[in-house]
Amino acid sequence: MSIEPRTEAPPFELLGVDGADHSLDDYRDAKLLALVQYCNHCPYVLAWEGRLMALARDYADRGVRVVAVNSNDVARYPEDSFERMQERDRELDFPFDYLFDESQALALARGAERTPEVFLFDEERRLRYRGAIDDSRDDRAVTRSYLRDAIEALLAGEEPPVAETESVGCTVKWKS
Amino acid sequence: MIELLYWQGCPSYPEAKTLLEQVLTELGRDDLVLMTEVRSDEEAERLHFPGSPTIRVDGRDIDAEGADSRPALNCRIYHLPDGRVSPVPSREQMEAALR
Repeated sequence: MSIEPRTEAPPFELLGVDGADHSLDDYRDAKLLALVQYCNHCPYVLAWEGRLMALARDYADRGVRVVAVNSNDVARYPEDSFERMQERDRELDFPFDYLFDESQALALARGAERTPEVFLFDEERRLRYRGAIDDSRDDRAVTRSYLRDAIEALLAGEEPPVAETESVGCTVKWKS
Repeated sequence: MIELLYWQGCPSYPEAKTLLEQVLTELGRDDLVLMTEVRSDEEAERLHFPGSPTIRVDGRDIDAEGADSRPALNCRIYHLPDGRVSPVPSREQMEAALR
């Protein structure tokens, strides 16, 4: 079950690929915080990856923080191990923190279902948009940029035009 | 024989099936596509299933690059001719395998 709109962001403290622990409070200065359910092995994540990196760079100076979170079961999906997360970060130099939710507690608390899946929180850390980054995994076929539109609206003090969309992607790989 | 192996947990197989059927029609072929659902890690191992969807023509994977990946219930990674990543094989891959 996913969390409802305007639900408060669940607290967390997770290890990042930089070797440091990162908590929700570490992002207290951000106007908006986008927690993105993420992983290494999913083709949908890879298809959207360039767009998410561009978005993180585009809004970094406007107080928007993007944080990717991998919660997958690494026993069954070793491609998503913390070491592989670090390799991927070294390879691509992610413009966002990439955190390892080994216990899956953060994914459970947010009701995450897919990778990639966005949870955008406002300055009071209330959920204001949940779902897909945009409306097509094919970057040439995008007609609606849900996440960008939600960010622009919130930065302008307005309601996001769409509060929730269906995420298309791989399932979160839960521990059995 | 054309076989499409899939896992319900990955949403890409209906798109792959539709594209495969389009390519078959365009090539003037009336082959039936055998749909095989892979339901468990054990089945993935037994069927050498490297991810969903996997398409085999006369037993040969249409994407040799990923054919030997670790068997698993996951979405399979394909690369389009322009290098972009896709969860579905390209039309070109299908055409090459079916000609």
